[in-house]
Amino acid sequence: MTTQTHDFTVIEGGTAPVRVEDMAPVARFSLRLREAHRAAVGQALGFDLPQRVGDVARAKARAALCLGPDEWLIHAPEAEAEAIAAAGAGAYAEAPHSLVEISDREISYAITGPAARELLTIACPRDLDRLATGRAVRTVFDTAQVVLWRDGEDAFRLDVWRSFAPHVRALLDAGQAELSAGF
Amino acid sequence: MLLIHCPYCDETLPELEFAYAGEAHVDRPADPSALSDEEWRDFLFIRANPKGPHFERWRHVHGCARFFNAVRDTVSDRFLMTYKAGEPRPDISKLEEAQ
Repeated sequence: MTTQTHDFTVIEGGTAPVRVEDMAPVARFSLRLREAHRAAVGQALGFDLPQRVGDVARAKARAALCLGPDEWLIHAPEAEAEAIAAAGAGAYAEAPHSLVEISDREISYAITGPAARELLTIACPRDLDRLATGRAVRTVFDTAQVVLWRDGEDAFRLDVWRSFAPHVRALLDAGQAELSAGF
Repeated sequence: MLLIHCPYCDETLPELEFAYAGEAHVDRPADPSALSDEEWRDFLFIRANPKGPHFERWRHVHGCARFFNAVRDTVSDRFLMTYKAGEPRPDISKLEEAQ
């Protein structure tokens, strides 16, 4: 897919049907472990780690998303990164696992507004109506692998690998300009 | 676009999230050095290539990242079923009756 720039008059401010914004950095961790150690590691990190793919467990400001049968993605405030790493290290002897900090690997975009779902359909093949509020999935956006969170009926969050971000952002901006122009 | 049921996510999802990974149930010989060249060639390269139901591996690469097995009709492209990796090969005749 090619990126074209258009000469549309973009409606600024609150009247825009969809907004795409950079989000503040957060601490991100990739967690891999066997089923036998799920409860112990979850307890150390403050979660009951979900088993169903797409489910999110939340504990205060932390969130753990089940990406696969043995894989979770953890988001937390940046200040808690060291505490999470230390908690994982403390549980390692009893419950071996892999907890890797990937905070710098991805950046997040917030996509909000009445046309947020429509904007995502320009490059995401999933049926977004079937993604319930509060859940999240790993999927594909154009050709880039992304994690898509649904925070509300009209509020999505997109975690994108840094190297794919300019491409994804260009697609989102083009789509947003078209939606703002009333197409 | 094909819609494929991932047995790990338990959802039917668009083909773009998946990658094809060749024929399923091809077991690597336990002792390759005991094989003749022809037997080793057959293991490496010779595949069933059927017209009709085909057992094949897929990977939900942009999702849960698991490999799983599927039975797909190579004529109609219809997926008869998908099942988790490691599960035994299903009986084709029963699948066709169920259609």
